[in-house]
Amino acid sequence: MNFINDFGISVFGYSDFSSFIIIILKILAIVLPLLISVAYLTLAERRVIGLMQLRKGPNVVGPFGLFQPFADALKLMSKETIIPKEANKFLFLLAPMITFILALIAWAVIPFDENNVLADINVGILYLFAVSSLAVYGIIIAGWASNSKYAFLGALRSAAQMVSYEVSIGLIIITVLLCVGSLNLTDIVNAQKNVWFAIPLLPMFVMFFISVLAETNRAPFDLPEGESELVAGYFVEYSSMSFALFFLGEYANMILMSALTVTLFLGGWLPIIDVYPLNEVPGVIWFIIKIIFILFIFLWVRASTPRYRYDQLMRLGWKIFLPFSLVWVVLTAGFLVFFDIVPKSI
Amino acid sequence: MKFKNIINDLKKYFLIEIFKGLFLTFKYLFKKKVTINYPYEKGKISPRFRGEHALRRYPNGEERCIACKLCEAICPAQAIKIEAEPREDGSRRTTRYDIDMTKCIYCGFCAEACPVDAIVEGPNFEFATETREELFYDKEKLLANGDRWEEQIALAQKIDSPYK
Repeated sequence: MNFINDFGISVFGYSDFSSFIIIILKILAIVLPLLISVAYLTLAERRVIGLMQLRKGPNVVGPFGLFQPFADALKLMSKETIIPKEANKFLFLLAPMITFILALIAWAVIPFDENNVLADINVGILYLFAVSSLAVYGIIIAGWASNSKYAFLGALRSAAQMVSYEVSIGLIIITVLLCVGSLNLTDIVNAQKNVWFAIPLLPMFVMFFISVLAETNRAPFDLPEGESELVAGYFVEYSSMSFALFFLGEYANMILMSALTVTLFLGGWLPIIDVYPLNEVPGVIWFIIKIIFILFIFLWVRASTPRYRYDQLMRLGWKIFLPFSLVWVVLTAGFLVFFDIVPKSI
Repeated sequence: MKFKNIINDLKKYFLIEIFKGLFLTFKYLFKKKVTINYPYEKGKISPRFRGEHALRRYPNGEERCIACKLCEAICPAQAIKIEAEPREDGSRRTTRYDIDMTKCIYCGFCAEACPVDAIVEGPNFEFATETREELFYDKEKLLANGDRWEEQIALAQKIDSPYK
């Protein structure tokens, strides 16, 4: 009960009205830029992949095609919402909402700057991990409620894939936590003041990024969508706004996972080097630059790699990543104990 | 043999091939793009391009077609329909020359069969219409096309003449 009270106090402050309004404004200040960046991420994806394939990508709507996301959004909104006759109506409409909401609520614990976080809770990383694990429910409910074999197969694939890679993500996070001694995301970033964890834990960083690709169902692990076999995977039957919610949720998840990668391995809001002109730049800017960098890698990998076969995907997850990350947890723990540099708070 | 396997395994674990691929796509990011911004930029077309049909005239304004009906005979899609009778001055001319552009397969046989270079396929490929009926071309429309595109058609014919 204490925990819930603490959580309530840290999220809603004191229960008077003005602080409630401030919280609402803070939430809007996170959600609105997030939604706009989701829109522009779709454009960036099309442009970057186009350029890498010697095409130009959308460049007609507005200057440099900058209004393209809005044209797409308007088109989606003006479409008819189709609910298949045999579908479970309640679950069918619930699934996209789950996906979308989960992609948004995780942002509550992401620190944008020193002391600039909506909910500075002590179990931040655990909360993030829980929320990203829940995302599989949106997908599996969508696949089940659609009552269509393609959607169902896509959902099954997706569920199996996300569960598999969550295991290694969990172990990699544990490695980072061993070096920090706290589950608080702000503490995790502060622990990287001397050196970003991407450097001492480079193999973990690479594996974490690859697992994140699998977790967000991105290429080369985009089997759940598998447009060549499964049409579009778990959201074949969706149209109009319910489709848009899935789409937004998927891309918001990508941004969230990039933010998590940045927080865990690339020193969050910290500047690249702590010298005069660089450390005057606000932390938020650094944070955004790093997120954009990781997102670019997301798109870059998609333009470069072919899709995995399903057994290869499972083999990579269970037979390579899991033992590898397990060994690294043990190695890191042994190293910390041997040199007697275990963080104090453990 | 063993050594080779070890090298291969190391290559796999260090993602060598993946990084090579990523480097390649990164280079392509800055290469010149092949896309043409179509309505504003157009690609070059060959003098042998087979586009919209046109009926040509001689420089003095007399229509070339002598109603020999070779084009009608050779047309594999049977898209051409010709009717003819002698004009008042006694010369043989068409009274009706229809091409159903929805049937036409743009093979260019009509232009090849024509002994007087009257029916030709010009360089125009932007003649989409909103109704089907607009694509049933008659003699008037074809002659108008000929007048409109004569300059380009004549040039194309001149360039291509050594190869005919």
